[in-house]
Parts: sequence; C-alpha cells; structure tokens
Amino acid sequence: MTALIPHSWLNWLGIPPWIWNPLSISLHAALEATVVVAIVGIALGYLLAKGHFPGRGVIETVCSLPMALPPTVVGYFLLTRMGGPGPIRDAEVHLFGHPLTFTFTGIVVAQIIESFPYCMRFSRTAISVVDPRFEQAARAMGLSRWRIALLVTLPLARRGIVAGVVMAFGRALGDFGATMIVSGSVPMATTMPIALYNAVFYGSHEQAMVLALVQLGVAFVILLGVSRLGKVRPW
Amino acid sequence: MTAALEVTVTRHIGEFDLDVAFAVESGISVLFGPSGAGKSLTLALIAGLARPDTGTIAINGDVVTDCAHRLHVSTQERRIGMVFQDGLLLPHRSVLDNVALAVRQASGRRARRAIARSWLERVGAEGFADRRPGSLSGGQRQRVALARALAGDPSLVLLDEPLSALDSPVRRELRALIREVIISSGVPALLVTHDAEEAEELGDVVISFADGRVTGQRIVERPVRPEPPQGPPGSTESA
Repeated sequence: MTALIPHSWLNWLGIPPWIWNPLSISLHAALEATVVVAIVGIALGYLLAKGHFPGRGVIETVCSLPMALPPTVVGYFLLTRMGGPGPIRDAEVHLFGHPLTFTFTGIVVAQIIESFPYCMRFSRTAISVVDPRFEQAARAMGLSRWRIALLVTLPLARRGIVAGVVMAFGRALGDFGATMIVSGSVPMATTMPIALYNAVFYGSHEQAMVLALVQLGVAFVILLGVSRLGKVRPW
Repeated sequence: MTAALEVTVTRHIGEFDLDVAFAVESGISVLFGPSGAGKSLTLALIAGLARPDTGTIAINGDVVTDCAHRLHVSTQERRIGMVFQDGLLLPHRSVLDNVALAVRQASGRRARRAIARSWLERVGAEGFADRRPGSLSGGQRQRVALARALAGDPSLVLLDEPLSALDSPVRRELRALIREVIISSGVPALLVTHDAEEAEELGDVVISFADGRVTGQRIVERPVRPEPPQGPPGSTESA
C-alpha cells in the first residue's frame, strides 16, 4: 500500500512511516471504494430517478440503510457474513483465494457499503430535478435514450452528482466503525482513523494529535480541491 | 396528394377535453387560439411527447400514432424538428454543438458540424457558433433553435409559441426570418400562437382552436407566392 509514493521520497520529505502507512492505506482504499461507488451509485441513481418499475422504493431504502445504521452494525454484518461460514465466504475464497476479513480488500468493501448511499441519493435527487423539457428537446433532436442520458441529463445534473461523489469519498475516508470491525486493526489494513484510535488507546498522545491534524488537513485539501473542480461555470 | 400532417385525436386531462381533427399541406400552418385552447397539447401529441386517448396521427402519410392498434412511434423516429417557447438549447454545449447534435443525415462529426454551420449561417447566427446559449439574447437563442430544428432534415417542423417571450422589434424581425427560412427549406411547419398578427404574418393556413376544438380553418391571402423550395443547406457537404 505504501507504493503510492516511493519510500525514498517519504524519507526525503521527512514523513515517518507511522503517518504515511495509514494515510496511504486510507487514501488508496477510499479512492478504490469511490470509483466503484461512483459508477454503480450514479447508474442506480439514474435508474431510480428515471425508471418506472416496481420495488424502486424498496431498493432505495435497502441501499440507504447504512446511512441510518451505526457503522459498527454494518461492520458486524460484514464480519459475520464475509468471515463466517456460508456462501459469501465461499465466493470470496473462490475469487480471491482467502476470506476478505482482515485484509485491505475487506476495508474497501466496508467503505463501499458505508459510502454508497451518499452517492446514490445525491445522484438520484440531482437527476430527478433536471428540467424534463431539455430531455424532450433532445428527443425531438432524435437523440437516443443513451445519448440523452450521457449528453443531456448527467451533465445538467453534474453539480449534485459531484457533490455525491465527494460526500462518498469523505465518508469512505473517515469511516472508522465498519472498517475497524472488518479489518481488526491488522497492520496491512490500518487506516488513519484506526491508527488514531490505536495511538490514543496506547497513550501516544503526541502521535494521536499529529494523526488527527493530518486527517484534518487531508480532508480540508481534498474537499476544497474537489469543490473547486465541481464548481460549474455559469451556463 | 398526401397531406404533410393529418391529425384526428382526443385527449382527456382533468376537466379539459381535447377533440381535434385537421390536415395541413406544405408551407406554414398556424394553430391559433387563446391560452388553454389545447394548441400546445396538440403539438406535444404530434411530436410524440404525449399520447392521445384515441385517434391517429400521420406525418407525410406515415402513421406515427394509431391508438386503435397501439402504435406509438417514438419522438426520435418521427423525424421532426421542434422550436420551443424558450429555445431549450442545451446550456452546457456550444451553439454549434446544439445544432450539430440534431443533424441526423450525416455520421461524421466534421460533416455534422459543417451542416450545422451552414444552418447557423442561414439564420444569421454564424457569429456566435462557439458561444454558450446562456450568453445569447432571447432572439439569438430562437435563431439557433430554428437552425437546430431544421438541421436534422425533418419531415415536419413544430414551433410552440417561438416568439412569445421576445420584445416586439425582435419578434417582427424573427417573423420574417422564420417565414423565409422555413418556406425556402420546403419543410412543412406547424406553428402555435395566440397572437393574431403573428398568425396572419407567418401562416399560409390558420386553424383556429377554442376549448379543445377546431373552430375554423382558412387560407391566408398573400400577394406574393412563396419561393420554391431550395432544399436544406449542407446537403452537398454531407454527400
């Protein structure tokens, strides 16, 4: 996980491994989770906003449950389903060669589930408030459904969609409860929030303060940068 | 001779009942009547943006709606061009892109943009091809919307109160442009308006609407006959 930036650079920059390792794991896992969440969340948000099929409300409710549940509950279900005997664990072993609990991939799965509702709900809302007359105009122009979605609806909804992706990334980056239970705080799966918890637990208050400040800085820089990227110039 | 458009439809919405039947030939036909008479609803039914309860709609002899046989050709497949009251240009695309996206008769991007440029020239909008619609005036936007409606080589152009949001001088200027461009293109058009002067100035035929019914149809006398069709611009570029 530390290969995101070569060790020699870190030494030169004077960043100690106890900061960089959890930071790298956090950023790496949150990025992977956000890519998955963005693709599936925007697609499902579009279907929920535009589709007319039975069970829409049930799907939205089920996918939104992690917003209302304590993260530890999500983590517990993941631990028992992914780690306990059963078809899900069998599938993990078949696909990855081992169960996903206490691994980096397990963290990514936990973060996907925790952050998915934010992206899906923001996208659905943003898409559903796009003025349908633009889509009607596009139909009159002869554009197919796919082209209308890609060229008209999603660009017009992009403010809300970007906000949803940013929220999902922030949620993934900051997740503690689900990640802690699924990863078990093993070294290869220790994220920044877990490293902070460990530092406090073992009485390393100086390290804890540094880790907290780093997280504060990272969150601020990322959110500021993405919000500037997401700012849409006036039409 | 096949009519450019034949409409016989009914539609019930709440307290309102639409029950109209009419046919139009080439040139510009105007649906004229007060607000709430059912003109824009009729246009939406013709465009396929709404479905009638009963009846049929045929464009150039091709039946696109037949309720008895549950036939409803999609809006995309009707080959229509449409100008909306407020233009409805895509705000995140350039003027040229807005028109080029509507070009159906050419496959390459360059060919589509060439056709789009020629239509923008034809409506006097070539000067702002690279601008976003948000930076245009209302009159400029409607010029672009007219180019977009005609750029797709449509069988029929529908104009839904295209000038009602504009100032009087701009309206007068655009009336002349709309008539000149549509007549010279040879594409039959159906225009909705509640403005009697506009109906007289733009229409070859005026179909009067009131309370969801056709109350009259008359030919507008014109001293000069319209010029023969020139065909769509860009047809040579796309070949």
